[in-house]
Amino acid sequence: MSSTAEATEETSGDQEEVATDERREALVERIRTELGDALIDHHILADTDLWIRVDRERWVDTGLFLRDGLGCAYFNFLSVIDWMPSPFGREMEAEVDADPEADTKEPEAMQQGVAGGDSRFQLFARVNNVIDHMGITIKTDLDDDTPSIDTWIPAYDGANWHEREAFEMYGVDFIGHPNLINLYLPTGFEGNPLRKDFPLLARRMKPWPGIVDVEQMPGDDEEDETEAST
Amino acid sequence: MNVTEQDQLSYIAAQAADSRINVEIETEGMTLNIGPQHPATHGTLRIVVKLDGEQVIAAEPIAGYMHRGYEKLTEVRTYPQVTTLINRIDWLGSFANEVPFILAAEQLMEVEAPPRARWIRTILFELSRISNLTLFLGDMGIQLGAMTPVFYAFRDREHVLNQIESVTGGRFHPNFDRIGGIKDDLPAGWIDGTRSAMTRIAEFCDQMEALLLNNEIFESRTRGIGVIPADIALSYGMSGANLRASGVDWDLRRDGGDGLAYKELDWKVWTHPDGDSFARFWVRLQEVREGVKIVEQLLDGIPSGPVMAKVPRIIKVPPGEAWVETENPLGAMGYYVVSKGELVPFRVKIRSASFNNVSIASWVLRGVYVPDIITILASLYFILGDIDR
Repeated sequence: MSSTAEATEETSGDQEEVATDERREALVERIRTELGDALIDHHILADTDLWIRVDRERWVDTGLFLRDGLGCAYFNFLSVIDWMPSPFGREMEAEVDADPEADTKEPEAMQQGVAGGDSRFQLFARVNNVIDHMGITIKTDLDDDTPSIDTWIPAYDGANWHEREAFEMYGVDFIGHPNLINLYLPTGFEGNPLRKDFPLLARRMKPWPGIVDVEQMPGDDEEDETEAST
Repeated sequence: MNVTEQDQLSYIAAQAADSRINVEIETEGMTLNIGPQHPATHGTLRIVVKLDGEQVIAAEPIAGYMHRGYEKLTEVRTYPQVTTLINRIDWLGSFANEVPFILAAEQLMEVEAPPRARWIRTILFELSRISNLTLFLGDMGIQLGAMTPVFYAFRDREHVLNQIESVTGGRFHPNFDRIGGIKDDLPAGWIDGTRSAMTRIAEFCDQMEALLLNNEIFESRTRGIGVIPADIALSYGMSGANLRASGVDWDLRRDGGDGLAYKELDWKVWTHPDGDSFARFWVRLQEVREGVKIVEQLLDGIPSGPVMAKVPRIIKVPPGEAWVETENPLGAMGYYVVSKGELVPFRVKIRSASFNNVSIASWVLRGVYVPDIITILASLYFILGDIDR
């Protein structure tokens, strides 16, 4: 998957003005000078976007540096991705979800997205510099069994609610958060709904709505698909 | 007996000192529960405020009464089906919800909508903003006890909704945007109809200015109330008119990606230095006026051509990650789409404007008086669906 992303970068990089790329490269260099080895990886989509991945030990430092050092004062959002492939299957042929216990298939290998990753839970946040009009997505890997990380509130006040949401939806513990209670879910709700292994009950009872839409129409061949992808 | 101004001032100071002592004795504040069903909350936002007399010591908004779990549901919907869901996030500006998601999917698929589709998208996007903010302008009046503006707002918004309906078939939930373009072309006579609707909206803005902006009561209830400084607003991730009312010149129509046609037009981003309730109202009023100008320019220059690029019937989005945000009526709205090359998205993070805009409430409500809670919340302008998703 990262190969696709790189290919995109190369092809568009040829035609786009190089100036924007240099801006993002320079940004990465400044972050590298500040954080050193804590900057694990980065990814630039030419003229569009920038991703960095940092060590979770330096998560708060990264936030403070982005805010004070790079002028990214605007906090956009913070959330989590669960990279585990869904154990229930999402094949279009399936009428309903597969039962993970009866399923004998080997589970798919986990595959992280841009800027890499080596754990199931990845925290990601986005901040913007409203003067330079630059945005950065920051990722960090969390522990698989007991995901926990220092709170980002010292750097960005707005992280408060976003961390509460990540806490209830993914079970991530934010150390030092002043009010880490459920935001949406009722008190005492069990489980973390956005984790991939949390079953969506509606999917158990009713056929997947997608199956209705994807039936082949006459004159709808493969050539249609290949032609259109250009 | 002669009472000098000095005497008066010292009397007031003594009174204030007295009441401060009283505060210290009665440390227990009164807890007041506003909502979940309160007219000022546009739905079901509950706010628990702790009061000391008339003053708020602490306020805590409690969301979640309308949480619908869209982020989970998108994981079992094909890409075209997702737009049906996300229409319902900000229900007063539905079409605008679809656009960033479609743009994110297009970015991953490397598909580009034809110029005409891009242009019509921008028109509908701007009409959503106008219909949404029109209601805000009227609603702000009703929160302050002025009944008339809201009736004007409903009357004139209808003209905009009619135009949206005649293109998309839906007044509130158009579900009209498609990956690679839009569903249909414009119907005959639509452009003239929209022009006359825009004339009405421009008149409506003048009426609102006369009714509210120059109203003494309105000014005294909003000026200097609920002040949010720029750095706090940025740190909480406020966006849209709320941010611009704090003096931050940041508008994704101008500063964001090239997905919509705004950069080819002549218009202005309005900001206000004060950061109070009045500023937020004022910026939105100017934004509706600017929206009218934008739509008129767009109507003049709709390019010809198809409205749909060639895309496969069964849409599979190549693996990758994309983040696209646009300047929606309520503020910046964005979708972080993670695809694994399947029919359904792997993960969709919905960044909605009201979520960040309301999370500041416990900061901004501290120290205000009870009646101002309502004006401040109204001026922050949120839609419950946009908080709870």
